[in-house]
Amino acid sequence: MGKTTAEKIFADHLVDEPFPGAKVLRLDVVMCHEITTPIAIADLVARGKDRVFDPTRIKAVIDHVTPSKDSKTATQAKILRDWARRHGIRDFFDVGRNGVCHALFPEKGFIRPGYTVIMGDSHTCTHGAFGAFAAGVGTTDLEVGILKGVCAFREPKTIRINLTGTLPRGVYAKDVIMYVIGQLGVNGATDRVIEFRGPVVDAMTMESRMTLTNMAIEAGGTSGICMPDQVTVDYLWPFIQGEFASREAALAEYSRWRSDDDAVYDKVYDFDVSGLEPLVTYGYKPDQVKTVTEMAGTHIDQVYLGSCTNGRLEDLRVAASILKGRKIAPTVRGILSPATPKVFQDALREGIIDIFMEAGFCVTNPTCGACLGMSTGVLAEGESCAATTNRNFQGRMGKGGMVHLLSPATSIATAIEGCIADPRKYLP
Amino acid sequence: MKTFGGPVLFLDRDDINTDEIIPARYLTEITKEDLKPYILEDLKLPGFDPKGDKTKAARVIVTRANFGCGSSREHAPWVLEVNGITAVIAESFARIFRQNMFNCGMAAIELPKQAIDALFAYRDRPDATITIDVPRQTLVIRGGGREESFTFDIAPFDKALLTAGGWVDYADRKY
Repeated sequence: MGKTTAEKIFADHLVDEPFPGAKVLRLDVVMCHEITTPIAIADLVARGKDRVFDPTRIKAVIDHVTPSKDSKTATQAKILRDWARRHGIRDFFDVGRNGVCHALFPEKGFIRPGYTVIMGDSHTCTHGAFGAFAAGVGTTDLEVGILKGVCAFREPKTIRINLTGTLPRGVYAKDVIMYVIGQLGVNGATDRVIEFRGPVVDAMTMESRMTLTNMAIEAGGTSGICMPDQVTVDYLWPFIQGEFASREAALAEYSRWRSDDDAVYDKVYDFDVSGLEPLVTYGYKPDQVKTVTEMAGTHIDQVYLGSCTNGRLEDLRVAASILKGRKIAPTVRGILSPATPKVFQDALREGIIDIFMEAGFCVTNPTCGACLGMSTGVLAEGESCAATTNRNFQGRMGKGGMVHLLSPATSIATAIEGCIADPRKYLP
Repeated sequence: MKTFGGPVLFLDRDDINTDEIIPARYLTEITKEDLKPYILEDLKLPGFDPKGDKTKAARVIVTRANFGCGSSREHAPWVLEVNGITAVIAESFARIFRQNMFNCGMAAIELPKQAIDALFAYRDRPDATITIDVPRQTLVIRGGGREESFTFDIAPFDKALLTAGGWVDYADRKY
């Protein structure tokens, strides 16, 4: 009987099975940010165990509130910064070099097929796009990961999603994953890994694949996973060319992590994307999805383009292609937050930032800030935001505020019209 | 091992998320105790007051499916713990929240829908209390002169975490 990618990674990384069903895995990468790590650090210090298992396997970034907005966030940043220095953590990213963790770390080449990755952040599932097992955990799991380089999991079953057909014009990876979540429900994949398969995924860039896997958690999934292939190798090549004689050799090595053809799945869904429309959420749960046609005209106060879901260069390019030469509605506040310094600089060079600023957008530094209502774009009571982010929970972007999730393209059409609008009529 | 049991807070909705349990705007606090005033602040349910007497008195939460979905923030179990709530009984939990509870030595107990419905029958009895016996895997609800008992399943690993008082002590001894 064959194995899924997740099963192969579990078998390869198994350290202990202290009880039936509980598997303790060796970790390849432990990622840290300034919101969930400081309490782990404080606890390690209090226990007299201020150590790290391997400073080269720990990656740290200040990204949620940066630059710090007040004394409390400055203290959180300082705790992480001091700790990273104290332990010689080389891959630590501070103001000026920092970006949204799930965009920054892949861009730095930190994730490889077959890896195990944890972080004190639920959207860690993003990194499964590289054929890795990547799971969000709480501060205690993170603390043990930092100290011992292990984490315990109930071995997840795998749900396979076959995506076939052709993506229609104006429909993107974001619309696909919102459709999938709408079908699975917000707990449809609890204790499950979601494997994204099929020709639609094969044809996607790594950036689009990360948009898919990023939102696996919104269906309750432990990790999203895509199969490592030529696209993965080409993305990673600048970082791995010293390790392999050729791209073919890298592909051959990474391919061993692909699910076997006779692997057994918990469930298999076949979705043809050819008939999909741009989608928008209407309620306070990510599975509450309607077509843009149904939602058109809904009032919006703010448009936010950014986040670990849709703040990458590809997203900005699509957005700029629609926005070019146009202005956003005077009633709308437009905010663009490129997800990393590299995305920001590339967008500057390509003239994308100019297009946004000419249109009336505010461009912020890379940060998670607005997505979870912490900084740079918090909503007032009763306001609505069209956001390219991943969560529309009540009060997510500010107490009493409403969030409508949508794609970068739909966010721009919405900014232009001042209400939810169909991007297809603006596409060049 | 912590003790589990006491007055019950009933939260009658599926999919209560960690943003509702502790909003992100309070994640800048760096001690668990500082989270205390903000418990369930953004949860909007008919008749529920996050600052009400029932919330203050509660030691156990009884709720529906997929409790604790969304963010991985362990601030969610912590804000319950500093308010005296060390057990949540639900039809199901989101994975990260459930693991966070056991990692902190707190109990996340799953019961079938029928049993949860039976517990909710006590919601209008002001003196409803639950006692939980982890080693025996039983719980008893009492209120208005009635009582009922239930047995529950708990994974051996989760039970070991409760006995050890959490994952850090357990892992540090073992790995």
